[in-house]
Amino acid sequence: MRVSLFIPCFVDQLAPRVGLAAAQVIRGLGHEVEFREAQTCCGQPSFNAGHWQVARESALRALDVFRGAEAVVGPSASCVAMMRKFYPEVLAGHPRLEEARELGARTFEFGEFLVRRLGVTDVGARLEGVATYHDGCHGLRELGLRAEARALLGAVRGLRLVEAAEGETCCGFGGLFSVKYPMISTAMAQVKCEALARTGADLVVSSDPSCLLQIGGYLSREGKAVRTVHLAEVLAAR
Amino acid sequence: MSRPLRRFLHDATVASADAPQRDFLRKALGGYYASRDTQKARYRDWEHARDAAALAKWEAVGDLGRHLADFTARFESNGGKVHWARDAAEARSIILGICREAGARAIIKSKCMTTEEIHLNDALEAEGYGVVESDLGEFIQQLRKEPPFHFVFPCMHLRREVISDLFTRHLGSAATDSPEELTMIARRHLRQLYVDADVGISGANFLVAETGQVSITENEGNARLTCALPRVHIALAGIEKVVARLDDLSVLLPMLATAGAGQPMTCYNTLYAGPRAPGEADGPEAFHVVLLDNRRTALLADPEQRDSLHCIRCGACLNVCPIFKNIGGLAYGTTYQGPIGSVLTPHLRGLKNWNHLSGASSLCGACTEACPVRIDLHHHLLRNRRNAVRAHGGAVDRVFHRLLGWVFAHPRVFALGGSLFRRTLPLLRRLPLPYLRPWLRSRDLPAPPARSFREQWKDVQP
Amino acid sequence: MSDARDDIMARIREALRTPAPRPHLRSESAAGRPSALARPWLPDPGETLESRLALLAQNLAKLKAQLVRAPDMAAARSALAALAAERGWRSVATHAHPDTRELAAALPCPSWEVDAAFDKQRLEASDAGLTSCLAIVAQTGSILVTSAGDGGRSLSILPHVHVVVARVDQVTGDLADAFELVRSRHGGRLPSMLSFITGPSRTGDIERILVLGAHGPRELVLILVG
Repeated sequence: MRVSLFIPCFVDQLAPRVGLAAAQVIRGLGHEVEFREAQTCCGQPSFNAGHWQVARESALRALDVFRGAEAVVGPSASCVAMMRKFYPEVLAGHPRLEEARELGARTFEFGEFLVRRLGVTDVGARLEGVATYHDGCHGLRELGLRAEARALLGAVRGLRLVEAAEGETCCGFGGLFSVKYPMISTAMAQVKCEALARTGADLVVSSDPSCLLQIGGYLSREGKAVRTVHLAEVLAAR
Repeated sequence: MSRPLRRFLHDATVASADAPQRDFLRKALGGYYASRDTQKARYRDWEHARDAAALAKWEAVGDLGRHLADFTARFESNGGKVHWARDAAEARSIILGICREAGARAIIKSKCMTTEEIHLNDALEAEGYGVVESDLGEFIQQLRKEPPFHFVFPCMHLRREVISDLFTRHLGSAATDSPEELTMIARRHLRQLYVDADVGISGANFLVAETGQVSITENEGNARLTCALPRVHIALAGIEKVVARLDDLSVLLPMLATAGAGQPMTCYNTLYAGPRAPGEADGPEAFHVVLLDNRRTALLADPEQRDSLHCIRCGACLNVCPIFKNIGGLAYGTTYQGPIGSVLTPHLRGLKNWNHLSGASSLCGACTEACPVRIDLHHHLLRNRRNAVRAHGGAVDRVFHRLLGWVFAHPRVFALGGSLFRRTLPLLRRLPLPYLRPWLRSRDLPAPPARSFREQWKDVQP
Repeated sequence: MSDARDDIMARIREALRTPAPRPHLRSESAAGRPSALARPWLPDPGETLESRLALLAQNLAKLKAQLVRAPDMAAARSALAALAAERGWRSVATHAHPDTRELAAALPCPSWEVDAAFDKQRLEASDAGLTSCLAIVAQTGSILVTSAGDGGRSLSILPHVHVVVARVDQVTGDLADAFELVRSRHGGRLPSMLSFITGPSRTGDIERILVLGAHGPRELVLILVG
């Protein structure tokens, strides 16, 4: 299969290793991976801020960029949710609505792609340590993902997976919310991070780089030694 | 900045910094989660049951006019009287008129958020009536002169010592740290008031169009007493409370209890068809229902968010909301707190002044997942944000997003901008920039990589 | 004032010009009433009378209500008399019904019946209210009392203890069964009050800690005969 990577804007600029790891894992399974350089951002920042006209333009661009791609895979549940669930919403009544639905159907979150589309849980990864998985809300509730990442992590040699309390509680990122209402966002980060830290895990894994930005940023400020990594990075470890 | 927003920012800042209080709330809700999950597990399929509950409310609201007409005709044929109020002022004046005509002195109230919405108590007190809230939580909040903290659990933010002090001060009771003893103090105090009251005022959880009955759900028995002992009973209900059939309640009553309080059924679910009927031992001589619009029809006119009128006020969305759990109910400054309040309030009180509640959400969707009637809560917050931009969007904000859109439409500009951002971040950190500064106040940013993904991609081609 | 109704009705008509899409349903049997649709998904109502009785006993125990099984009225009489003696009741209020009358006659203390002109103060001072009921719902452990058949509105809520006497064949499965019974018993003329009582009065308003007897009865006793 030829997989077209969908690298969210901030992963491109701030966490390129996540995209590289995702490509490495998919290639390791014997598939071709391409990156279409015309892509930038899914439009979620403007969508969440209420500027749907701007988001609509981003959606239409994405339809052009990913035209003909067999499968589009993004290492960010939040951005994939934007494409699958919210493109049809911003394009309601638009002549390209069907096209958006069709793109949504062949766009996958990274872990979802491996487990549901490829039927793979063991990618041959090895990583010593204790990990806890954080469900990003978009993956959990917009895409209905929960078991996929756990199945993948469960197959990593040397890795022990522990569950945290407040398992389905939001980390408090929420895009612009985190900077418009930083006091609430930080309180939420505190609740989440204390629960994650109580597990004793040395790795916090998530499929959402934006949650990792929040959790990692808070843990680092609090001086906690817990490391935050993306699922793709764990699966790329050998 | 609007006054409600200023107040919200202040109160939310204070509340979210109060770690012991936040822990207290989370602990109080712990028992709720456990019993809710136990009760949900008794359903043969909770998700399917939610579908049916959503359908019942959709049918009711989708043909609201006919159902209200049917309810009115049947309720009045049972001897009751229906009044219609376009807004809060009209509802207050109807209720005051009924109290005056009844020659009332003392009024007992059972819990009713709609009376909070129309500020009824102030109006009654201004006319010299003694008004007592009989629900324990509401009674406590009334003594504190504070609005309910949570529309189902009005005083869940208070520790027992605070309540004990309050009772000592107002009722002269001895200090105690026993919730049971505190409850009994209120029980003893209120008992005679039920017997003495001339008018009882309640809300309504459902109005049954098929039978003309008013359904009231409660745990304490205070609504039962309020609707049994006084001479006159007034029930205030939003027009959206109507359901088509009696049988709809066979779904909605248990689901309300399970979602709202983790119970199989709330302790008392009572259907009132009219005043005391011939041959019955007791009950009020007169029963009035006041149907309130108060901008509900404006929300009804929005097919996209019409389902927010399906709300059965169970409070489940508050109980799971991380925003609610961290800022508490009072910071919202609204009658209805939490996610449903953030959805409804901009419609009921104006988007211009209340859109900040749509923004004050991480859009995690826990509310939508918890809602027993499947209101699309967190997506409505997004729709409210869109509506606010359309109706009252600021020029600076608009230009910013246009610019953002332009950058994203030009991959080279985007790559250049990203590179510039990464290189200047050490400097930017020190500037009082919007967004960056508030982030850095409590969180770090990882050191930016030297090269972006798109720059490195070429290196990894086979 | 008189046109408020017309105004609101006009606003509703105008508002509903554009319909909202029907909720998405998981179940294929999407036709039919919501209650019929939900019925198989709600908590188990019990298939047979035996399973209903077992379910009821379980539910009442969880609700902290007391269930007294009496094989016949004689056993019910002595159970109530024993309870009254143990609690030292001085006055029990009840209403005109063959079963309540028969039980009241066996009480070791005075009893009286509420009627069209009873004294509320006297009821407030009574130790217990003894009533019949229309039905019992196994699914939820609810007891349905009505103002028409079971002593009016306050008898089952004002005294500190509520004792209900019922026959085994009054135990129904779910709420829809109970509504069906109401319709067949009362037809178009409904009692002014129908109340599903699910356990003794309770509150969790203080720190979400359960306390029984908030305003209504602290104790609920169901004497089930048969």
